Amino acid sequence: MLDVIASNPILLALAALVGMAILFGALLGYAAVRFEVEGNPLSDQINAILPQTQCGQCGYPGCRPYAEAIAEGDAINKCPPGGEDTIQSLANLLDVEPEPLNAEHGIEAEPTVAYIREAECIGCTKCIQACPVDAILGAAKLMHTVIADECTGCDLCVEPCPVDCIDMLPRKSGIQHWYWPLPDGASRDHLIATDRDAEQVAA
Amino acid sequence: MIGDFAVLLVAAVLVNNFVLVQFLGLCPFMGVSNKLDTAIGMSAATTFVLTLASVCSFLTYRYLLEPLDLTYLRTLSFILVIAVVVQFTEMVVRKTSPLLHRVLGVYLPLITTNCAVLGVALLNINQAHNFMESLIYGLGAALGFSLVLVLFAAMRERLVVADVPEPFQGAAIGMITAGLASLAFMGFAGLV
Repeated sequence: MLDVIASNPILLALAALVGMAILFGALLGYAAVRFEVEGNPLSDQINAILPQTQCGQCGYPGCRPYAEAIAEGDAINKCPPGGEDTIQSLANLLDVEPEPLNAEHGIEAEPTVAYIREAECIGCTKCIQACPVDAILGAAKLMHTVIADECTGCDLCVEPCPVDCIDMLPRKSGIQHWYWPLPDGASRDHLIATDRDAEQVAA
Repeated sequence: MIGDFAVLLVAAVLVNNFVLVQFLGLCPFMGVSNKLDTAIGMSAATTFVLTLASVCSFLTYRYLLEPLDLTYLRTLSFILVIAVVVQFTEMVVRKTSPLLHRVLGVYLPLITTNCAVLGVALLNINQAHNFMESLIYGLGAALGFSLVLVLFAAMRERLVVADVPEPFQGAAIGMITAGLASLAFMGFAGLV
């Protein structure tokens, strides 16, 4: 048998490659068991799909805990900011039937961005503490403003504001308002939504 | 002896730099050079894998393919060996050192398909390197790759805040910069 293989170059090549493949396969198979790491990689994938608004409307303290809960088998229809798209992607990922959004947790609204009317802001910092993504700039007794690019539109800053100077404005989307992303750092002038450049956010 | 190794190392790092002179491994060079942090992570991972893969493929060639007279299978077997080495390393690192895995983790699988890795393995055979020479050559290739990757990432970090004309923004100015850097590295030709 060995003589036949050794004398035939094609069989020898095949045997050598198959031998290597089996050896390496066995090595990797052994390593996969021997060096197995605990932790659920599924929750990472789910977390990547969730919109990262950290709004807590699902009943969990943020997107990561909700992702872990979904990985454990929780319903996929508790995320109003993600809406239909997120439910569809989650259904694809987990191979389950997509369900309509659970109205208990909120209804799907168009994406919004917070906008502070700076003339009315008294500088109380309450909205800064409420913001889950640190998108509000400001200090005590100085007016605050929202970093529009960072704002996830979660509404959490609206309720704490004592003078009701925060509006949730619709974030424009669609092909009419799409533009090439600016290179990092080149957009500093337009990073902050202010009164002076109101049409950028408001109009 | 040591002098020979030094010459080989300098030749691999500067004179025959894999990225800018031999044009291998261009995808990570353009793809991972936007931020200095990621470039450093990628460099470290590549150094690690390149050295290891260079040695492993040399051993495969010398002790498996040559005795069996199957040297024409080298490309195929090297791809196999490199993929396994990378995968195995990733598993071991993930288990033994979560910290290192967080630094290198995302880059390790990417390197499997880095043509510089296969290039080093094949060039080792072409140039009839022995074991130590393969090791040094792999290390030199990796250091050269790291050097230009980090340099280039540092330049691109400055480029994004530079006042670049609109048609040249983004990848275009990156390509032009890479071309100029390549021209500069041509200056090392004939050094050794």
